[in-house]
Amino acid sequence: MIWMSWRQARTQIVAVLALVGAACIWLAATGPALARLAHRNTYVYDLLSRNDRLLFNGGIAVLALAPAVLGIFWGGPLVARELETGTYRLAWNQSVTRRRWLAVKLGFAVAATVVAVGILTLAITWWAHPIDGALGSRHGGLPSRLSPIPFAMRGIVPIAYAVFALVLATLVGLVLRRSLPAMAVTLALYAFVQIAVPLWVRPHLVPSTSTTTVISAGTIDGLSMDDAGTITLSTRVAPGNWVLTDQTVDAHGRPAALPTWFNSCLPPPPGPGQARSQAGAVTSRGTLDRCLTRLDRAGYRQHVVYQPASHFWPLQWVETSLYLAGSALLCFLSFWWIRHRLA
Amino acid sequence: MSAIVRTEGVGKKYRRRWALQDCTLDIPEGRVCGLVGPNGAGKSTLLGLTVGLLSPTVGSIEVCGGQPAVSSAQLAKVGFVAQDTPTYAGLTVADHLRMGAHLNPRWDDAAARRRIDRLGLDLRRRAGQLSGGQRAQLALTLGLAKHPDLLVLDEPVASLDPLARREFLQVLMEAVAEEGVSVLLSSHLVSDLERVCDHLIVLVDSQVKVSGDVDELLDTHHRLSGPLREEQGLPSDQSVVWSSHTDRQSTYVVRTDSPILDPAWSVTPLGLEDLVLAYLTATPTPSSASASAGRGLEVLR
Repeated sequence: MIWMSWRQARTQIVAVLALVGAACIWLAATGPALARLAHRNTYVYDLLSRNDRLLFNGGIAVLALAPAVLGIFWGGPLVARELETGTYRLAWNQSVTRRRWLAVKLGFAVAATVVAVGILTLAITWWAHPIDGALGSRHGGLPSRLSPIPFAMRGIVPIAYAVFALVLATLVGLVLRRSLPAMAVTLALYAFVQIAVPLWVRPHLVPSTSTTTVISAGTIDGLSMDDAGTITLSTRVAPGNWVLTDQTVDAHGRPAALPTWFNSCLPPPPGPGQARSQAGAVTSRGTLDRCLTRLDRAGYRQHVVYQPASHFWPLQWVETSLYLAGSALLCFLSFWWIRHRLA
Repeated sequence: MSAIVRTEGVGKKYRRRWALQDCTLDIPEGRVCGLVGPNGAGKSTLLGLTVGLLSPTVGSIEVCGGQPAVSSAQLAKVGFVAQDTPTYAGLTVADHLRMGAHLNPRWDDAAARRRIDRLGLDLRRRAGQLSGGQRAQLALTLGLAKHPDLLVLDEPVASLDPLARREFLQVLMEAVAEEGVSVLLSSHLVSDLERVCDHLIVLVDSQVKVSGDVDELLDTHHRLSGPLREEQGLPSDQSVVWSSHTDRQSTYVVRTDSPILDPAWSVTPLGLEDLVLAYLTATPTPSSASASAGRGLEVLR
C-alpha cells in the first residue's frame, strides 16, 4: 500500500518538493545579509531593499496559500477521485482492508504535507525573524510576528493548518464523492475557520496580560474620533505585543466614555483652504497635554489587555495542538464514514 | 459439497428503495454461476454484497466461509472484476501488476505476466490508453492473479463488442479450467452466460426467482401447450412459471420434479434462454403483483 500511495502521489510530491527547494535556495541566499543588516541597525525598515520587502510579503502570501492549496488539492481528490472514477472498486478488492487503505493513503499525504510545509515555514520563519516587527525611524514598519496575520505564517502553525486542510478535504471528498465540489466546500470551510480562529479563539488560547496605566502625554500614543464624534484614546505599548482591548476606565475601574469637556481640548478640524500654522499646532498640543492631566486627576486610566511578545511560542504550540486535535477528529470521522456509510 | 456463497434473508435498502430483498442462496463450490436479470434487478447489489463493497441492511452473508471483506485474509479469497472494469488510467499495465503484487499475499506474478504476454498487452502502456476489451482483460488478469477461491465479475462483457466478448469469456473459461476457481458472474444477456455457466440465478425486481444447477433447471422445466385450461386445473406438484392463453389454447411453463403424464399436453423441453425469459416475463404472483404489474402487462400485450 505504501508503494501504491507513493506511485499515485509521486508526481505531486516531486513537484512540491522542487518548489520548496527553490524557495529555500532563494531564502538562504538573501537571509544572512538581512540578518547582518538587522543586527547593526535599529531602524531596519528604512534600509530594506525592494527585494527584501517583496520577499517578506511574498513569504506571507506563500505561507497563507500553501497549507490551503496543498491540503485542498491533495486531500480533495485523495479519496473522491477514486470514488468518482470507480477505481475504489478495484482498490477495495485488493487484500487490504478499507481502513488500512485509507490509513496508509492519508498517512502518506499527511507526512508529505508536513515535510513540505514544515520546511517552507521554518525557512521563512528563519529568514523573516530579523525583520519581523522592524521599525522605521519616523514612520512605517513591518508587522510583528504576533499580530494576527503574520502569526499564521510563522513558526509551526502553518504545518497544523496544512494537515487540517488535508484531512478536512479528504473527509468532505468522502462525503460528497466528487473532487471539485469537495475542494470548493473545503475552501469555504477552511477560510471560515482561518478567519474565526484569530478573531474569537486565539486571543483566549493563552491567558492574556492586562495593565492599567495612568493617562499622560507619555503613555498615550494617539486618539481618534469616529463618525459619531466619540473620542477614543490609544495607549502606547511595546512593539511586538498584540493588543486585544485598549479602553478608558473611570475611577471605579469601569469602562467609560471620555467626559464631554474633553471634546473642547481637540484642535478644531481644519477648514477648507485654511492654512494651519506651526504655532497653532503647538498651542493645541499644549492644550491637549493639560486636558490629559485633567483626565488623570479625574481618575481616568487606560486599561490594556494584550498578549505579550513572549507568548508567541506558547500561542503557537496551543494553536497547533488545537488544529491537530481537530484533524484527529476529522480523521476519526473519515474512518467511520468509509466503514459505515460507504457500504 | 460446501457452499462458496451462502446468503440468509439478505436485503439491501438504499434510502427508501430496496435493491435486494429476502435473498436466500446457496452457491456450491467449483461452479461457474451466472446471475441474470434485467437492468436494475439488483445484480450489482448482490455482487457488491458478496465482495463486501456493500454490507446488507438485513440478513447474513457468508463467502468462502467468512464475512465478506472483514479482513485482509478474507479479501484475498475473493477476486472482483467490477462493472466497467475500472483501472487507474494514469498507471501503466506494469504498474497495475506491481500494485497487485504489493497488495495481495497470494499474488501469482508469473501467471499474471504470462497472461498479459499472451494477450499481447504492452506493459508500458497506460491503462487509460487501452481499448475497452484490453482493459477488461487487464482487470480479469488482476482478479485471477490474486489466486482467489471465488472470482466475482459484474457485467464483465456488457460494454465489449462481440469479438472482445468472446475472447474475454474464452480467457475466463481457460482460467477456470486451469485453476479450478469458482466463478460468479452477472449479465443481463442470457446468451453470454449460456456457454459458460453450470449454475444459474435469476433475479427480477430485487428478488431471486430461481436458482440451481443448469442441468437440473433444464430437467425440471417444461413448456406445456394444449387446449385452453385454467391454472387451477394443473396438478399441485406443477408450479406455473409463465402462462399464456388464447381463445382455445393454453401455454404454460411449469416447474416440476415429476414427469408430465397428462396426454392432453404436448410437452417441449426449454432452452436456457427460454427458461430465463419465462421467469423474466412471468405472470405476477399475488405477492409481487404490485411490483411487477407493469412489466407483466407489457409482456402479455
